[in-house]
Amino acid sequence: MTEIFGIPTQALFGQLLIGLINGSFYALLSLGLAVIFGLLNIINFTHGAQYMLGAFCAYLLLNKTGVGYWWSLLLAPLIVGALGMLIERLMLKRLYKLDHLYGLLLTFGLALVIQGVFRNEYGTSGQPYAMPAELAGGRNLGFMFLPNYRAWVIATSVAVCLGTWFVIEKTKLGSYLRAATENPALVQAFGINVPRMITLTYGFGAALAAFAGVMAAPIYQVNPQMGADLIIVVFAVVVIGGMGSIMGSIVTGFGLGIIEGLTKVFYPEASNTVIFVIMAIVLAVRPAGLFGAQK
Amino acid sequence: MSRAQRIAFGVMLAFFLLAPLVLYPVFLMKVMCFALFACAFNLLIGFGGLLSFGHAMFLGTAGYVSAHAAKVWGCPPELAILLGTLAAAALGLVTGLLAIRRQGIYFAMITLALSQMIYFYCLQAPFTHGEDGIQSVPRGTLFGFIDLSNIWAMYATVLVVFVAGFLLIYRAIHSPFGQVLKSIRENEARAISLGYDTTRYKFLAFVLSAALAGLAGATKAIVFQLASLTDVHWTMSGEVVLITLLGGMGTIFGPVAGALVIITMENYLAQLGAWVTVAQGVIFVICVLAFRRGIVGEIAHFLKKPL
Repeated sequence: MTEIFGIPTQALFGQLLIGLINGSFYALLSLGLAVIFGLLNIINFTHGAQYMLGAFCAYLLLNKTGVGYWWSLLLAPLIVGALGMLIERLMLKRLYKLDHLYGLLLTFGLALVIQGVFRNEYGTSGQPYAMPAELAGGRNLGFMFLPNYRAWVIATSVAVCLGTWFVIEKTKLGSYLRAATENPALVQAFGINVPRMITLTYGFGAALAAFAGVMAAPIYQVNPQMGADLIIVVFAVVVIGGMGSIMGSIVTGFGLGIIEGLTKVFYPEASNTVIFVIMAIVLAVRPAGLFGAQK
Repeated sequence: MSRAQRIAFGVMLAFFLLAPLVLYPVFLMKVMCFALFACAFNLLIGFGGLLSFGHAMFLGTAGYVSAHAAKVWGCPPELAILLGTLAAAALGLVTGLLAIRRQGIYFAMITLALSQMIYFYCLQAPFTHGEDGIQSVPRGTLFGFIDLSNIWAMYATVLVVFVAGFLLIYRAIHSPFGQVLKSIRENEARAISLGYDTTRYKFLAFVLSAALAGLAGATKAIVFQLASLTDVHWTMSGEVVLITLLGGMGTIFGPVAGALVIITMENYLAQLGAWVTVAQGVIFVICVLAFRRGIVGEIAHFLKKPL
């Protein structure tokens, strides 16, 4: 068996793969947070709960109605996205004129409610969710074994991230969105329905979290608490990247996932904290974040 | 203090002096620890406009340090509490330097992430005993002659700590320092243009708040003879936000009223498990949507007097 720095390559690439998988979820979730923050100016604390809801949607669809993974991948984001739009219309909408911190407090409260209800129903242990038969098995790349499902998760999240980036940065719709971020009143004066755009944006962000949740279900199991701790790491990712740029949050998400994976190989005791340490260093050196605009 | 505030203070003091005749003293000591914790938190959000979502790290760290000092080093309780408070202040010094570099929402996210880092540290560090926590911490004898294993001696000590912390915060808010802090909350740009180094004021408020949260945590560890992971977890940070929000952000007595309501609710709903979390979430949503002044804030608004 070959070794690099005294670490068997098998273990090294294995952890790198796990890092890339985690990075995929960091990227998808921080992307959703950044899109919502751009237009609504709130940090969506419910994001972790929406990710968990996505996974539970897939689980319930399979066990109550027999709907499989592929349809869940479409339906769960639609359901959670619709729920998100309802939250925006009924609650968040009332807070736009107030201090942005109220949005954070409201979404935190909602996250507690959603997670509490599911914990009552399903306890704290995870529910298994089988991966789709089409993606079972894996292939040997010569230097490591790559399970098909994990390759699919990485490829899909890269595609979804780049697709979102393309829509926001390169299309007409995206230009409206960016304009409304800069100056909503002026965009509205041009005859664009900004409130509807805000609702749809929040729904899209929630749907993105649910999509990540469905993809995570076969890997991490379906657990009411699955989003709660993850969202804090994603917050750190967002602080490191700075929320100014869409591409920034994608790159930071994947990059930090890989760094975390490598830490598991070389210094496992720090693998839980490494992202927070990096955040502290970035704050000390470049407070606006790696991709944020310096004031 | 204004007349209304003097009356409110008298009512509060009378309550904590007389309540142990009818209510369980350990429950009241828990209320006082949380009230002090929330008052310290309120100093930041209510008067400095800074929302910290990581205050559990100060409560929990101070708890661990004072429990360790009392149990392993055999320190007397006054020294253990002092060491815990100092540890929280030192942690506030370091985290404050980092967090204060960003504003508003970022500040909340950074403090939350830093406290999660402390949580993982406490989970792994050998002296905290992981999931078990530091158990059966001796209460010891205060100043060498007051035996704290006597429930009334312990109660009196907690009451003195709480009232001292409360008055210190009251003094800080009404000092020139507190006035500058309020001006920063209202309009930071104008405070800067008047020549105030706003970053330094916010930093000082942060460290003071951390130290007082630590005082609450250290005292709590001695009272309950336990320091555990619950006190460093982010749910605890959320709880202190909830207590303050419900009681009334930016009011002096709000956090105390909030602590009384929330701790009572938790005590009675404890056997319902996760429904406590749901209830907390619902209170959050209601407070933010329809009850932003909080209990004491509404009373003060009705009386047209600051409380």
